[in-house]
Amino acid sequence: MMRGQGSSREHTNREYELELRRLREQLLLMGAKVEDLINGSIRALIDRDSELAEQMIAADRKINQLEIAIDELCMQVLARRQPVASDLRVLTTALKLVTDLERIGDLGVNICERVLELNGEPPLKPYVDIPNMSREVQEMLHEALDAFVAADVERAQRVIARDKNVDAYYTQIFRELLTYMMEDPRNIFRATRLQSIAKYLERIGDHATNLGELTVFMVKGKDIRHAGKLGDGSTT
Amino acid sequence: MTAAANGVAKPEPKLKVRDLTVSYGEKKAVGPVTLDIVGQHVTALIGPSGCGKSTFLRSLNRMNELIPGCRMEGDVRLDGEPIYGPGIDPVAVRRRIGMVFQRSNPFPKSILENVAYGLRIGGVNDTHDIAGRVERALSQAALWEEVKDRLNDSALGLSGGQQQRLCIARALAVEPEVLLMDEPASALDPIATAHIEELINELSEAYTVVIVTHNMQQAARVADYTAFFYLGELVEFDRTDVLFTKPSNSRTEDYITGRFG
Repeated sequence: MMRGQGSSREHTNREYELELRRLREQLLLMGAKVEDLINGSIRALIDRDSELAEQMIAADRKINQLEIAIDELCMQVLARRQPVASDLRVLTTALKLVTDLERIGDLGVNICERVLELNGEPPLKPYVDIPNMSREVQEMLHEALDAFVAADVERAQRVIARDKNVDAYYTQIFRELLTYMMEDPRNIFRATRLQSIAKYLERIGDHATNLGELTVFMVKGKDIRHAGKLGDGSTT
Repeated sequence: MTAAANGVAKPEPKLKVRDLTVSYGEKKAVGPVTLDIVGQHVTALIGPSGCGKSTFLRSLNRMNELIPGCRMEGDVRLDGEPIYGPGIDPVAVRRRIGMVFQRSNPFPKSILENVAYGLRIGGVNDTHDIAGRVERALSQAALWEEVKDRLNDSALGLSGGQQQRLCIARALAVEPEVLLMDEPASALDPIATAHIEELINELSEAYTVVIVTHNMQQAARVADYTAFFYLGELVEFDRTDVLFTKPSNSRTEDYITGRFG
C-alpha cells in the first residue's frame, strides 16, 4: 500500500520499515480527520447547525498537530535513511500532501466561520447548487484519499477530471448570488458569505486535485502538474 | 538492459561493450553485458558483493587475463578499436585505460618515484620532463600542494587519503584516457572520501571515469550514469538521477531502497 511501482517487499532494516509504516498511518489518520472536518462543515452549513460548526473549528487543531508531526517524521527519515526511488517519492509526496490536507482543513474552518455568521440571519434562499457542489467536493476528497492509499493512478486521474465540475458550480452559484445582491442590497451580507463558502469549496476541489496529481507522481514518478503547460509560458 | 536501449548514452561512447561475458573456469562470473560508457563522464557500477561488477570493471582494461582460468567472450571497443583484438598489446591498453584499486598500494619508494614509475617504465628518462609530468599528475590528483616540499620522502609516510590520491596521480602520470576505480574510497574516512569524490568530479572533465562502489550514496553523488549489476547480470543502466528516483526494474528498486532478499 502507498508504494510507488516496484515491490511490496519490506525493508531489510526493520526500524526503517517501521518508520515508513508510521508515516503511512499518520497520513491516513490526517486524511480521515480532514474528511470528517469537511463533511461536518458542510452538514453544519446545510443544517444551519452552529454547535457542529464550533466543534469542527475546534477539530482543526488536531489536523494542524498531525501536519507538524508528519513533517518532523519526514525530516527524520530524510536525514537518517537517505531514501531513494519509490521511498523518496513517498517522502516528498507526503511533505506536500500534508500541506494540501492542512489547507483543506483551514477551508473547512472558514466554511464554519461563515456558517456562524449566516446563522445569525434568516436563510437567504433554499440551497440547491451549494449542496450539489458540496457533494461533488466531498466525493473528490474521498476518492483522492482512497486513490492515494491504494496508489491507484486511474482513480487519481478521475478525481483530477472532476475539478471542472466544481469550477462550473462555482461560476453558476456566483452568477446567481449576484442577481440576489442586485435585487436587494439587504441580501449582500448573506450573499457574500455564501459566495465565500462556494469559493472555499472550489478551493477544496483544487486541493483534492493536487492530491490526485501527487498520487500519480508518487506511483509513476511522472509530474503531471500544470498539464505540461510550463513550456509555453502559460502556467495557469 | 532495457535502459541502455532507451537511448541513454547519446554521445558517441568512449567505451563500447557488446555481449561481454567473463567466466572463471566453467563458472560464468558476469554477462552477457552490453553497455556504452560515455566519454568525460563518470559511470558508477553498483551491486551486492559477487554481482560481477569488479570482474566487469577489470575486463575493461584486460586485467582479468592475469587471473588463471579466466575466459572472455564478446567485444570491448575503445574509441571504436577492439581492445581484445589480435595483436593488441594489453600493456598498451592499460596505458590508455588506467586503474586505481580499493586499497592504496604505493610502492615503498619516494613520492616522486611512485608517480614517475609508469613514466620510467614507458621509457621517459629526462629528469626535467619527469619532474613536470609528476607535478601535473600530483596537481590533477589534488595532492601537489600537500607534498611539493617533500617529494623525496617515502610515500608510506602519507595518510590513507593522501596515499590513495598518490595512486590516482600515479595512474594519471602516464596520461590515460579512461580511469577505472575499484572502490577507491571504501577504506577512507569521510573527509578523505569527500576529497576523492571531489577529485573524481574534476577528473571527469578530462577523463572518462568508471567507478565500482558499494556505497550507493557515493554513486548518487559522483556518477552521471549508474549501472546496477545483480547475480552476474546487468539489470539496469541509466542516468544516475533517473536510476535513483525512478528505476524501471523492480530488482533495482529493491536493492537501492534497501529491500534485500
